[in-house]
Amino acid sequence: MAFEGLADRLQSTMQKIRGKGKVSEADVKEMMREVRLALLEADVNFKVVKEFVKKVSERAVGQEVMKSLTPGQQVIKVVKEELTELMGGEQSRIAVSNRPPTVIMMVGLQGAGKTTTTGKLANLLRKKYNRKPLLVAGDIYRPAAIKQLETLGKQLSMPVFSLGDKISPVEIARQALEKAKEDHHDYVLIDTAGRLHVDEKLMDELKDIKELAKPDEIFLVVDAMTGQDAVNVAQSFNEQLGVTGVVLTKLDGDTRGGAALSIRSVTNTPIKFVGLGEKLDALEAFHPERMASRILGMGDVMTLIEKAQANVDEEKAKELEKKMRTASFTLDDFLDQLGQVRQMGPLDELLKMMPGANKIKGMNNLQIDEKQISHVEAIIQSMTSDEKTHPEIINANRRKRIAKGSGTSIQEVNRLLKQFEDMKKMMKQMTGFQQKGKKKGFKLPFNPF
Amino acid sequence: MIVLSFFKKLKEKITHQTESVTDKFKDGLTKTRNSFSGRMNDLVARYRKVDEDFFEELEEILIQADVGFDTVMELIEELKMEVKRRNIKDSSEVKSVISEKLVEIYNGNEKEDSSLRYGKDGLTVILFVGVNGVGKTTTIGKLAHRFKSDGKSVMMAAGDTFRAGAIDQLEVWGERVGVPVIKQAEGSDPAAVMYDAIRAAKSRGADILLCDTAGRLQNKVNLMKELEKVKRVIEREVPGAPHEVLLVLDATTGQNALIQAKTFKEATDVSGIVLTKLDGTAKGGIVLAIRKELNIPVKYVGLGEKMDDLQQFDADRYVYGLFADAIEEEAE
Repeated sequence: MAFEGLADRLQSTMQKIRGKGKVSEADVKEMMREVRLALLEADVNFKVVKEFVKKVSERAVGQEVMKSLTPGQQVIKVVKEELTELMGGEQSRIAVSNRPPTVIMMVGLQGAGKTTTTGKLANLLRKKYNRKPLLVAGDIYRPAAIKQLETLGKQLSMPVFSLGDKISPVEIARQALEKAKEDHHDYVLIDTAGRLHVDEKLMDELKDIKELAKPDEIFLVVDAMTGQDAVNVAQSFNEQLGVTGVVLTKLDGDTRGGAALSIRSVTNTPIKFVGLGEKLDALEAFHPERMASRILGMGDVMTLIEKAQANVDEEKAKELEKKMRTASFTLDDFLDQLGQVRQMGPLDELLKMMPGANKIKGMNNLQIDEKQISHVEAIIQSMTSDEKTHPEIINANRRKRIAKGSGTSIQEVNRLLKQFEDMKKMMKQMTGFQQKGKKKGFKLPFNPF
Repeated sequence: MIVLSFFKKLKEKITHQTESVTDKFKDGLTKTRNSFSGRMNDLVARYRKVDEDFFEELEEILIQADVGFDTVMELIEELKMEVKRRNIKDSSEVKSVISEKLVEIYNGNEKEDSSLRYGKDGLTVILFVGVNGVGKTTTIGKLAHRFKSDGKSVMMAAGDTFRAGAIDQLEVWGERVGVPVIKQAEGSDPAAVMYDAIRAAKSRGADILLCDTAGRLQNKVNLMKELEKVKRVIEREVPGAPHEVLLVLDATTGQNALIQAKTFKEATDVSGIVLTKLDGTAKGGIVLAIRKELNIPVKYVGLGEKMDDLQQFDADRYVYGLFADAIEEEAE
């Protein structure tokens, strides 16, 4: 049931090769089989997989992998490079019309997240580009879809143009454009009803809207969890409408998101944005390299580092590093660290982004109880400053007092103190190791749980 | 013929059932079938003999139906054995063995009854769960229509207090179908909405209460906990409830559907699946893996946008829908 990443998959093949000294063509073939499986499990379309594997095998057999001392690593490297290249460069640019307003049309299947994405895009346009978008409620079919966009408009304090659900979407678009010109909006975002790509009548309606509104961008909104069918959907929308960009939604889930690769390779349309949460600011630029890691189950280090950089105080991090080196790390520092890490988001999500985290047994099922962390904070806050700097003075009486003060039990206090001790020991070892290796950089604090 | 035609049996079996429903399956699955059985026919036409290459291509066809790699591998192994055992040489005969195996994978040893479990006396509570955008609210609306047509008194609980416009969406369905909706303000505690709704349903003597919840991705621990709480409240207020916890799955979803089923099952003890949007080109093959690995049966399938396009699931019909062309051909 657990989906293995490519690295895990290649492990067993590697073990067989180890000791052979030379990698044969048959070995490469076996590795390619694992590559194929990893991609299929990630929902990459099988046709795309086939082509992809062929390309990678050529590269692998011709030199790169066979001559390498670490063929497994090399295969992963080649696969990742090819994946990244296939998904294209960074493409988060949005068109700007030289005759405003710039019109963007949102299309896709039901439930892909068009309306939410429309709201997020409007937010991004205003926040990042200082634009003044008009939202257009063009989904007259789904009950309360208009109301949904209006609510989003209210949350963003942005105007929403709607004519109810009795007027045709084409007419709504026409009047919305007039209104946008009148009120000097520089962007018009047209939300449309979700529809099946095989529904001719509704696809014709989209063509009519396109004909009239002459959009500068047509964004296809696709659920990242989509399976093998993603190619048909993307191809069909693209052929009928000429999609200019793709938005991949619900990537904050635990899907590998192989659909991204499928869509990109059949439509050759750039993936521009990804949806990473239910909040209106959870729309980010698409990064092909990160997506490649994700599809291969390799963790998302870049996002983790970005989150860390955005939330961790540089000064404090330096100070901490020094403290770790000199082993003068106190419970106060620990508390500080906990606070900083928590700012980065739910801990279990952070852990999942770490490469190799999925290799740790039980990691997939690991759920960190945020409450437990609150308990740890309460315990430390119930200590005197003396106790925090010299935890060794905490005797039975003090433990009792701390437990009482923090509303926890003596066992919990004991556990924390023990963990803290272990952590300090570990830090000593780590810093020793690090000085030898002369490695530097940001370090994540230890997670005691 | 060595193979006693499974298609013929299937056809006979279905003919005894209501034709209109079978047609609905057939129509709803037209797009699915065209690509699936079209490719099957193509495969059979190109390979006279049943050999390794034949199986490799078959493997791909099944993978493309989102059946999932492990299930496909097992199926292929079994097929190979069956082909050997029955001494099948002609590729066209394999077709019926494949659908036979597919139904077998789904049904296991005995045919699953896809009907719902109702409360012994009084109120039946059905809880709907699932990720965002799969069609929970629409499914509830359609089911409400169905129950109401059967003469039941139905109520709905607007438990999606999170997504913008979700409460209004359910209310529109309520008006359309003529069923009262119990709601609170957006942002309120969904467990409290359920509590209210159960009280109201009891006092009004309703037969069935359909409980909507907000879509949530299964890896959001806090949201899954919230769902557990909603279920606990229902359990506490009505003994034996919820009588069904239905996980709504989008047929276009790939392998992640298996993780969804697993996680939602752990949190809320899912008793059945509603497979929506099966009228596109997606095949929803992942339900086979879900059934096999987690033993959760499919109860309903969404085959279109109209109110009565939600149908009770029937594995025979599902497979019939996938293979209809082939079946017609052979039965003639």
